[in-house]
Amino acid sequence: MLEAHNVVVEYAGRGWRSKGFKALHDVSFDIKPHETLGLVGESGSGKTTIGRAILGLVPVGSGSIRFDGRELVGMSRRERRRLSDDIQVVFQDPYSSLNPSMTVEDILVEPLVARRTADRRQASVRVRTLLDQVGLPHDAVHRLPREFSGGQRQRIAIARALALQPKLIVCDEPVSALDLSTQARVLDLFISIQEETGVAYLFISHDLAVVRHISHRVAVLYRGDIVEYGDVLDVTERPEHPYTKRLLMAAPLPDPDRQAVRRQERRDLLASEAIA
Amino acid sequence: MTARKVFRNPLAVAALVILLVIVLASVFAPLVAPHSPTALRLDRINAGPGSGYLLGGDGAGRDIFSRLLYAGRNTLTGAVIALSVALVLGVVSGLLSGYYGGLLDGVLGWGANLLMALPTMIVLLALFQALGSSIYLAMVAFGVMLSPGFHRLVRSQVMAVKHELYVDAARVSGLSDPRIIGRHVLLVVRAPIVIQAAVVAGIAIVVQSGLEFLGLGDPGTPTWGGMLQDAFTNIYTSRIAIWWPGMTIALTVASLVLLGNAIRDVIQRTERVRKPPKPPELVPATPDTDELPLLRITNLTVGYPSNDGYREVVHGVDLDVRHGEVMGLVGESGSGKTQTAFSVLGLLSPGGTLLGQSSIAFDGTELARLPESERRALRGRRIGYIPQEPMSNLDPCFRVGEQLVEPLRAVSGLSKQAAVTEALHLLERVGIPEPRRTFAAYPHEISGGMAQRVLIAGAVSGKPDLLIADEPTTALDVTVQADVLDLLRGLQTEFGMAMLLVTHNFGVVADICDRVAVMQDGRIVEVNDVRPLFASPKHPYTQTLLGSTLEDSAPRTRLEVNHA
Repeated sequence: MLEAHNVVVEYAGRGWRSKGFKALHDVSFDIKPHETLGLVGESGSGKTTIGRAILGLVPVGSGSIRFDGRELVGMSRRERRRLSDDIQVVFQDPYSSLNPSMTVEDILVEPLVARRTADRRQASVRVRTLLDQVGLPHDAVHRLPREFSGGQRQRIAIARALALQPKLIVCDEPVSALDLSTQARVLDLFISIQEETGVAYLFISHDLAVVRHISHRVAVLYRGDIVEYGDVLDVTERPEHPYTKRLLMAAPLPDPDRQAVRRQERRDLLASEAIA
Repeated sequence: MTARKVFRNPLAVAALVILLVIVLASVFAPLVAPHSPTALRLDRINAGPGSGYLLGGDGAGRDIFSRLLYAGRNTLTGAVIALSVALVLGVVSGLLSGYYGGLLDGVLGWGANLLMALPTMIVLLALFQALGSSIYLAMVAFGVMLSPGFHRLVRSQVMAVKHELYVDAARVSGLSDPRIIGRHVLLVVRAPIVIQAAVVAGIAIVVQSGLEFLGLGDPGTPTWGGMLQDAFTNIYTSRIAIWWPGMTIALTVASLVLLGNAIRDVIQRTERVRKPPKPPELVPATPDTDELPLLRITNLTVGYPSNDGYREVVHGVDLDVRHGEVMGLVGESGSGKTQTAFSVLGLLSPGGTLLGQSSIAFDGTELARLPESERRALRGRRIGYIPQEPMSNLDPCFRVGEQLVEPLRAVSGLSKQAAVTEALHLLERVGIPEPRRTFAAYPHEISGGMAQRVLIAGAVSGKPDLLIADEPTTALDVTVQADVLDLLRGLQTEFGMAMLLVTHNFGVVADICDRVAVMQDGRIVEVNDVRPLFASPKHPYTQTLLGSTLEDSAPRTRLEVNHA
């Protein structure tokens, strides 16, 4: 459904003639319908840039991103707007991703009315359905975002993304700002929505455990390159690239004894790398 | 809602009432005024108040009161014209400039700067020369000259809002640019515009009256400035006449400015508790003295002042930290774990108060009632602190080295040379590859992981007995986190420090802690050694938390079925 080939994104440097920063060099991957592709990497790896490139929020230097046969790179803003029926987003920060002065109903109705898929009355019926889908009460509609907790806000953001019944949702660290128990519930919501609607996710996270939980396939990013790409089991159980191995070993296990073993394994791995 | 808060300010209400009276009286001047503004009575030239005319007569024997009302129409119309022109030009160009940036911003900004550089009064005087005596035309020109103020204000506000995620989300939702500007951006910038508009309206009235006072404009129509001029000419015959237009102008402008200020106060200031109530006297419970651990917290209750007494965020926490052990304090946001740690440091946010029988016994000393000077002496020497956000805890204006040397000298009284040597030694100890380079670097030149190592070096520099670490690895990448945990473990064993580690991550707890306390809603629900806590959690909340960790959950498998 979505195919990215040799995508390069470069941010302009500050000032005249200064060299730009290449956030992505030559990244290729694809997402199939109904599938979750996990994108894992540390800060500065370019994972967020990939999401923003697909959403048309950063200009792509070279390469191609095709969605359902349409080329996204170099698309005009008008065409791009039409594409919002198909590609949507859930951002990391549930606080700044919702306009603080709009009610939940306004937030959810906005995409429907903007794309003229519904008149005001149909839209408010649809809003009720969306709230059901993300497990929020109907009386939420007249309240402002600040009256909700982080997890509930993220549910509102998910409802907004679902409003236009997209084929793909780019999820940029959607659970990273949430508490542990909330995180698990929101992840399960993502999975059940996918099973219900068949939407595909590009799921971006720094947390390998989260990505493993929700993804069918995983791409590991390191400094603007995909260093490992494949089925979730292969990548997380039998990693080949040394960086993936380091990443796996670094995540502490919630069990003192097994963590002691993992810690030792990590030390051995680092030592063997130092020799090699 | 903002309006209701504005009405709670008595000054704002007074200003609003005055403005309303002046505006209404001017608008309905033909109905209210007792005389025609142009009716002359020779016997009332420069007459005092009461002599048939309410406020007296002017130099031509016309009723000052009636003329004030009619003049209000002209002067206020002029002000509205200037304000409207400034608003339309300034806000539109500011929105475009801020939202699109680039070349458009450059051109518009250049135009705004050019207008600002022109001397307003001289330009307006020249315009009268060129365009004739219409004061309204002059006010249009004045509006243009005022527009850069709005342009700059709106532009800077838009630039701040433009990068908010909800604007990105609106774009992804398929909203067109005009719609995004209209719905999301304008909503945020409207408040500062309203405030600025009130002030600008006042300025417009003053400048317009000034021009008329100089004798510009149509002498046939009554205006406040024109009346001021007439009264000024006759100041030796009728001293009081100059008061009336003068007072009217002053009242109007002052009301506008006061109203603007009141709105600004409401928007900028969050509601403040008037006066924190006096906390009830603290009576620390005396802990059993037999075998005191390094740190014994008993009945710790932390409250913040609210409108009805104190709102408690920590409700009676008991916790021991023994010599040389690592105590983990886990919980979700709002559980009170950081408040507990900060109570020990004595660094609660303003208003934070220990209540009731709170007792913090550190090595036999009761911290809860220790004067601030003595607590300060403990921090850095016997109690070290590692913060969550390494970058915001280093001052960007000073080199890393200076920020290590300064406390070293303050705490250990080392000479400068000795402190530098010690700082370099510390940097090497915390695993910084090139200590000299980092020493001479500014905080923005080093990575987050390096910054956290620098802060750890600072925290252990006084060889403390107790190290308090508040989510020390949360802001770091997972590979860096593993290194920092290794470092902390090494230092802890080397110095034999006790550590109170605040975290939400059970992996971190499993990695480094000897004992764990689980907090929920300001209470400790379970304390245990680390192995039994993970193996058989007793409290349902601990079970929920451990059940929510994903590290051991089964991965999703490949999408087998072809749904298409």
